[in-house]
Amino acid sequence: MVDRVAANVSAYALLAWMWIRVSLSYRTSFALLTAGQFLITGLDFVAILVMFSNVDVLGGFSLTEIAFLYGGSALCLGFADLLLGNIERLGQRIRLGTVDQMLVRPLSLFVQVCADEFALRRLGRITQGGLVFAWSIYALDLDWTAARVAMVPYLLVFGTVIFLAIFTIGAAVQFWTAESSELANAFTYGGSTLAQFPMTIYPVEAIKALTFIVPIAFVNWYPSLFILDKPDPLHLPTAAQFAAPVAAALLTVAAAGIWRTGVRRYRSTGS
Amino acid sequence: MSVIEVRGVDRSFVVRRRSGRLRRASTTVHAVRDLSFSVEAGEMVGYIGPNGAGKSTTIKMLTGILVPSAGSLRVAGYTPYAERAALAQRIGVVFGQRTTLWWDLPLRDSYDLLRRIYRIPADRYRENLDTFTDLLGLGPLLDTPVRQLSLGQRMRGDIAAALLHDPDVVYLDEPTIGLDVVSKSNLRDFLRETNRERGVTVLLTTHDLVDIERLCSRVMVIDAGRLVFDGSLEGLHGLGEARRTLVVDLVEPARRSTYPTRRRCGSTGRDSGWPSLPRPAPRRWSPPSLPPTRSPTSPSWSPTSRT
Repeated sequence: MVDRVAANVSAYALLAWMWIRVSLSYRTSFALLTAGQFLITGLDFVAILVMFSNVDVLGGFSLTEIAFLYGGSALCLGFADLLLGNIERLGQRIRLGTVDQMLVRPLSLFVQVCADEFALRRLGRITQGGLVFAWSIYALDLDWTAARVAMVPYLLVFGTVIFLAIFTIGAAVQFWTAESSELANAFTYGGSTLAQFPMTIYPVEAIKALTFIVPIAFVNWYPSLFILDKPDPLHLPTAAQFAAPVAAALLTVAAAGIWRTGVRRYRSTGS
Repeated sequence: MSVIEVRGVDRSFVVRRRSGRLRRASTTVHAVRDLSFSVEAGEMVGYIGPNGAGKSTTIKMLTGILVPSAGSLRVAGYTPYAERAALAQRIGVVFGQRTTLWWDLPLRDSYDLLRRIYRIPADRYRENLDTFTDLLGLGPLLDTPVRQLSLGQRMRGDIAAALLHDPDVVYLDEPTIGLDVVSKSNLRDFLRETNRERGVTVLLTTHDLVDIERLCSRVMVIDAGRLVFDGSLEGLHGLGEARRTLVVDLVEPARRSTYPTRRRCGSTGRDSGWPSLPRPAPRRWSPPSLPPTRSPTSPSWSPTSRT
């Protein structure tokens, strides 16, 4: 088991490193694409700044507090996007038949699909999210207790895992419906955009859906309630604020199951 | 010992078609039926048949990409569908229609990546790469990205890639497709040499009978999912008359034919044609009757058009 995980991680690193070298061989294009990602994702935050030139508080949250939510969500999505953002192209690969080429290699299909065309330019999104996150931490008027400090990496790690699982589920669905990457994008990129704002601005039904159905609220909302010391609009037990690992684990198990079923289906239909 | 063992393999697909506005009818298509054969180590076998006969399906099952619906397969001691990754280490695959190399990487980097993926010992890798570079004339191409290679160059690159890790079995799916006469001939020389020197078992699908003639002592023919012939090429030629008769019924007698009356259609020679399997009687083909007003612009094909 440990051996297999190690072998898969090293295979992933090998393929990713190869793609990094490829992208660096077109330096100008790499620089432009990275800068482009930085600017495009940055525009989201500019929109929030514009909004706050008219209002002081949104849903009970100040600009710095929203910057904290925004940065957390953007960073988690950024990490997940960097690690397996290309998995969404699975449908295209199935149609072009390149999945077959991956299946003749002595490596896991999942590793190959995730690492294929690994794009370092996605650091643009991470840099931008990271800057906003860092600024909010600096600007927030908070008593940074040990528990609050520890909650920050906790948020980033489990938030990333939740997005990784959602990316995987979205891709695995394409084993059945070849062209549904947009559906998956609605949950990942769309979900991350929802999570950039305080949930208090959404109807209760939406918050429930984002908690119990597509648990994006566990990425940054519940951990942030703890860090920012805010009341929970759903009045869930305080344990919910620490439940991100549970949501991440459930989603990961579901993702693994759907992926395996999808691969089995592909190998029994060949289309 | 047989390196490939196929016993009673079936592979069916459920195909859904639209039949009506919302209803969809599903039909079961048998891509391969009750297929059995075995290939001994070091053999070079041609696997031929018309498009859609089940050749690719067979190869996909032998590589572990597809799971058979019934029957058992064994390749190099592995059950392909259950031990795909372990088997991949022992086989090489070339899909003539598309490359298994990385589009943006120079050949040299692709090979280096394969060395790591297959964990090829460094000295063995060097030795193999030198041999293939020499035999396939890859020297000047090693630093070219795959996307800039011509079809023939890419095919040579692909074949070297499939052999770098010293596989026991190599599947070549239409390796000569789209190649010019000289490239084909060179490639065949290389394959024959490799088979002889290294004892690699080769299963080759092709539409070019010259490939079979020059390379394979044994040929298997698949048609509509069934193995209809397994033996030597001479045996296959002996079985069917390699000439076809095309009977054309004209709707109305052609008044004055501008075409030579007796022209052989299709190919009859051994070299380029497809030998026909024994048929009960020549098939009759009647052209669909077209409205007479149609196409005075293209009088060249239709027997009904007025010239």
